[in-house]
Amino acid sequence: MIDVIVDLVAATLRIGTPLLLAALGEIITERSGVLNLGIEGIMYSSAFSGIAAASYTGSLWVGLFVAVGTGLVAGLILAFLTVTLGVNQHVAGLGLTLFLISVSNTVNRILFTSDGGQVRVDPWKSIGFGGPIFDQYLFTYGALFVGAPLVWWIVWRSGFGLRVRAVGENPEAADVAGIPVARTRYQAILLGSAFMSLAGAFITLAYVGQFTINIINGRGWVALALVIFGRWNVGRCMLGAAIFSLVNAGQLQLRLVPAFADVPFELLLALPFLAVIVGLAVSGRNVPYPGSYLKPYRRL
Amino acid sequence: MKPRFVLRAENPWWRGPLLVVMAAIVTFVITAALIRWSGGNPVAAFRYMFVNPLQSKFGFTESILSATPLVFTGAAVAIAFRAGYWNIGAEGQLLAGTIGATWFGLHAESFPAVVAVPGILLAGALCGAAWSLAPALLRARLGIDEVVTTLLLNPVALLVITGLLNGPWRNSETGFPDSDVIAESAMMPVVWPGTRVHLGLVFGIVVTLGCWWFVGRMTGGLRLRAVGLAPGAARIAGLPVERTMLTTALVSGGIAGMGGASEIAGVAHQLTIGISSGFGYTGVIVATLAALSFIGSLVVALILGIINVGSFSASRALSIPTTMGEVVQSVLLITVVAALVIQKYRIVWKSSDS
Repeated sequence: MIDVIVDLVAATLRIGTPLLLAALGEIITERSGVLNLGIEGIMYSSAFSGIAAASYTGSLWVGLFVAVGTGLVAGLILAFLTVTLGVNQHVAGLGLTLFLISVSNTVNRILFTSDGGQVRVDPWKSIGFGGPIFDQYLFTYGALFVGAPLVWWIVWRSGFGLRVRAVGENPEAADVAGIPVARTRYQAILLGSAFMSLAGAFITLAYVGQFTINIINGRGWVALALVIFGRWNVGRCMLGAAIFSLVNAGQLQLRLVPAFADVPFELLLALPFLAVIVGLAVSGRNVPYPGSYLKPYRRL
Repeated sequence: MKPRFVLRAENPWWRGPLLVVMAAIVTFVITAALIRWSGGNPVAAFRYMFVNPLQSKFGFTESILSATPLVFTGAAVAIAFRAGYWNIGAEGQLLAGTIGATWFGLHAESFPAVVAVPGILLAGALCGAAWSLAPALLRARLGIDEVVTTLLLNPVALLVITGLLNGPWRNSETGFPDSDVIAESAMMPVVWPGTRVHLGLVFGIVVTLGCWWFVGRMTGGLRLRAVGLAPGAARIAGLPVERTMLTTALVSGGIAGMGGASEIAGVAHQLTIGISSGFGYTGVIVATLAALSFIGSLVVALILGIINVGSFSASRALSIPTTMGEVVQSVLLITVVAALVIQKYRIVWKSSDS
């Protein structure tokens, strides 16, 4: 029994890592009043570009840098569309996701799979401190002990975070107070995209070690839901990510239980998604959206 | 220098089309680089993508066939967006529609075609509407963001299909994960002899025209538009905002589900895991490029259908990836929404700190 619980916690941490990283990025972005629906595409394209660069150069670190670079370029496109031009954020973000996924698949075809191959690297190994629970990837430790506290500090304690929140709540007042609205939003989107690209890079460069079509498989949308569930707070988002990942790890364990052998595994795979929706239904009422959420800002 | 956006006082008739042409040119430039990289000649590739399908009867009718599901999803997304309900779950609703249609089709042997064909569409519509019920209720009753919930249900719908095809609906002859072929009476008849264009297209056009008539000409449609444009004002005016949204969401899901039924009954005749190549997501592109106009979305669906067919022939002739068509469509979406903003606003470059 103890073994099962230990395995469950260890798997929860692994599964939760990309969700937490992506959700942290979306928290910063949405706090500035911009919805980044490109999240799924940014994770996808970073997962691909990271492993592509790593397989060509033989260095996982180069792969990581290229992945973050991809995220920044994608963030720049989204920022130009939503902040500079003021395009509808649902359409811009979804368009960006469709664009990044189709480009990644195309380049994947050009570089790797045209001769039936598949890109693989020798991924980062987990770092053990004894026991399965403390045998985790550097990304996991980083997300928990650096990423989450850092984002909390940025949002609530730094001058930049104050500007981001001001711009997200009331851009007119922020503008009058001398805060550059557009520049702050650009910065928030770029920083957020960098976190999302780390989430994508984790999946190919550490978790899986190869790139396959549809590798992100809705993780970006889950992260998006976690941000609403977490009411744009780091702590609550971590709780949400933990619950989701626990359900996910649980369904993986359930498949090993003989009594569940007859339950189609697709049903169990769908369980975490449904858990998020139930979570939103229970605690997503009257959530305090940032004041200028989805609203572009133009000086008249 | 900082850009400032100033609302244009007037818009001459040529500015909209001009900007769309410019968006298309930008799209060509961006995608040409990728085609070049894959070893193809961009000009030849665009010829295959846009001109070739129009040069033969076969190419043209295949484009119409490829546009048929997009007619449904385009209308589904457009009517939801018009009401301010951001349904990004047309993909899942279409997939749910294929499930309902397949179930009906597998049990429709004893029905004549007059009953079975409308029946299979109805089954698809009901399942599509059912799939959109939960997000719609959560939105209308509890105010929970429909974007996330509709998005999350898309992978779930695909999992349900995979589960059915690996389990109860596994092909009884081959054992492959495709369903059995549906009853012949439930198959959509071909409406253009000698081609694969089927009755589903006619239903799609009728549904789209119905949406256009309802939204543009009926009291309920006016209510729908009011709710979409200014929900706060609509509520103060005493309009049932939540109920309008709920109904629209269900209708939208139903239309997407009908699109799934049309694919099952008209083309595939059986359920497969790859039954939808992102029709629901492409529906968002259709509706947006048409600026949420229903008549316009018919035209856009045809154009995207041509690109779909063309990208396959370009892929065969020039050995560039078939996914290039999706790249062209998504870049076109991004450049056109940018162009639509520039149409409304004038950019004034001012020196900073003003």
